[in-house]
Amino acid sequence: MKLREIAHARSGDKGDTANISVIARAPADYAHLEQHVTAGRVKAHFAGIVRGDVVRYELPGIGALNFVLHEALGGGVTRTLALDLHGKSLGSAILEMDVPDR
Amino acid sequence: MKTIRIGCGAGYSGDRIEPAVELAEKGGVRYLVFECLAERTIAIAQQARMKDPASGYDALLEARMEACLPACRKNGVRIITNMGAANPMAGTEKIREIATRLGIRGLKIAAVTGDDVLELVREENPVIAETAGRISGLGERLVSANAYLGAAPVAEALHNGADVVVTGRVADPSLFLAPLMVEFGWRDDEWDLLGQGTVLGHLLECAGQVTGGYFADPGYKDVPGLARLGFPIAEVREDGVFVVTKVPGSGGRVTLAACKEQLLYELHDPSSYITPDVVADFTGVRMEETGRDCIRVTGGRGKPRTDSLKVSVGYADGWIGEGQISYGGPGAVARGRLALEIVRERLKLTGAQVDEIRYDLIGVDSLRGERPPAGHDPCEVRARVAGRTKIRAEAVRIGNEVETLYTNGPAGGAGVWKSTREVIAMVSTLIPRARVRPAISYEAVE
Repeated sequence: MKLREIAHARSGDKGDTANISVIARAPADYAHLEQHVTAGRVKAHFAGIVRGDVVRYELPGIGALNFVLHEALGGGVTRTLALDLHGKSLGSAILEMDVPDR
Repeated sequence: MKTIRIGCGAGYSGDRIEPAVELAEKGGVRYLVFECLAERTIAIAQQARMKDPASGYDALLEARMEACLPACRKNGVRIITNMGAANPMAGTEKIREIATRLGIRGLKIAAVTGDDVLELVREENPVIAETAGRISGLGERLVSANAYLGAAPVAEALHNGADVVVTGRVADPSLFLAPLMVEFGWRDDEWDLLGQGTVLGHLLECAGQVTGGYFADPGYKDVPGLARLGFPIAEVREDGVFVVTKVPGSGGRVTLAACKEQLLYELHDPSSYITPDVVADFTGVRMEETGRDCIRVTGGRGKPRTDSLKVSVGYADGWIGEGQISYGGPGAVARGRLALEIVRERLKLTGAQVDEIRYDLIGVDSLRGERPPAGHDPCEVRARVAGRTKIRAEAVRIGNEVETLYTNGPAGGAGVWKSTREVIAMVSTLIPRARVRPAISYEAVE
């Protein structure tokens, strides 16, 4: 299934670094996210744009993961050549990721 | 236990104006914060100020204040805003003028300055975080340097009775933390309270993004009334516990899901969110729905602030030239790709001096880069070429080459749009906190 079925997400920017939150729609699905949505998979999902590391932070208290994508925004909002200056579409794009059925 | 209500009347410089008026009229708020200063805005404002010393504040300051001041005055709502941008003093002068024109008397307006550290940065020549080079390496291209001030000078202005506080660069959450410190007497070393107040500021600073904006996804996350989205209110207790809500009857929804998304918006390590006031720790934050459009937030904590302040440095970074053209119908993707190939070859043939260039097919690969084929072609695409150049004339050539596709390119090229813009890029550095001296000046409308 697509990640969209069990999670929602939002992306933001700081300089050339993007972050994407991935949040369980139902608290019970957090463990499934934690197991299957790894930093490595996120880096692969965004291979077309991410040049640096992807770091994952866990926030079990609100059932969320936070991914930090370094060197992901073509130099950042102030100088990038990209159409999506801020990487605002990345939060939607991550929901296309396939995850195993739970 | 004492509580106060704070609203956020703008989440960026171009934000809608009516929701702020709604908050001032019906929100029961004591404070209305307008966060209008994106990273680069201040550098652009600085350039404007160099041309005209009376300018350099936010372009919508006049419209916002004209719309909001009467209701704020009537209901005793104090205003805090970074709309001063590169020239808070000129901003306060403009507000004085507006208040006088509107017949508002007895208004005390404060300007917070001291964030402009251009001379200091030239002198200290610190290392740039992003490039590891020194500031001096930017040479003549250096445009602006603004330190992120904290809540302290804003709190002082409020403490001294300001009805309106106009700042330049102050960290966004600090604009919200300042009134909490004043109202509740929070000391500047009560780290957990400062951390929780920073959570509040972080949740509110993008205005509509916590009440249902930047959230709707039809069928999955539906939000009613986005055309009349209500902006957020936090009802805060003196122990820092707060409820995020909005004006009843306004559009949008305050939900757990939207609050969680906003909590993590533009956040990196959730255990160390560094502001000028505190190193906030978001990992213990808990949220609970306590009623319709009411989300209760607890558990923000904090650690001692750092000894340095972040400085945003703006510099002239050449030009970007861009052109776009659309293709539709069967074979649209193939014609779009052919168009991009033609421009690539043209720029080479004609010897355009371009440092970096990007070719996108909007509708196919512009957001995430190269992708496996989707299986079916979109019914329309837009070819886009954007390139960075050192001088303006070279940037102009890029859009012009796209335009010539009308008569020289693939069939059915439509709707060319082209642009040339100067790039003011931002980098950051750190300077010792002790070297930065915030200052406050007051103006009164008698």
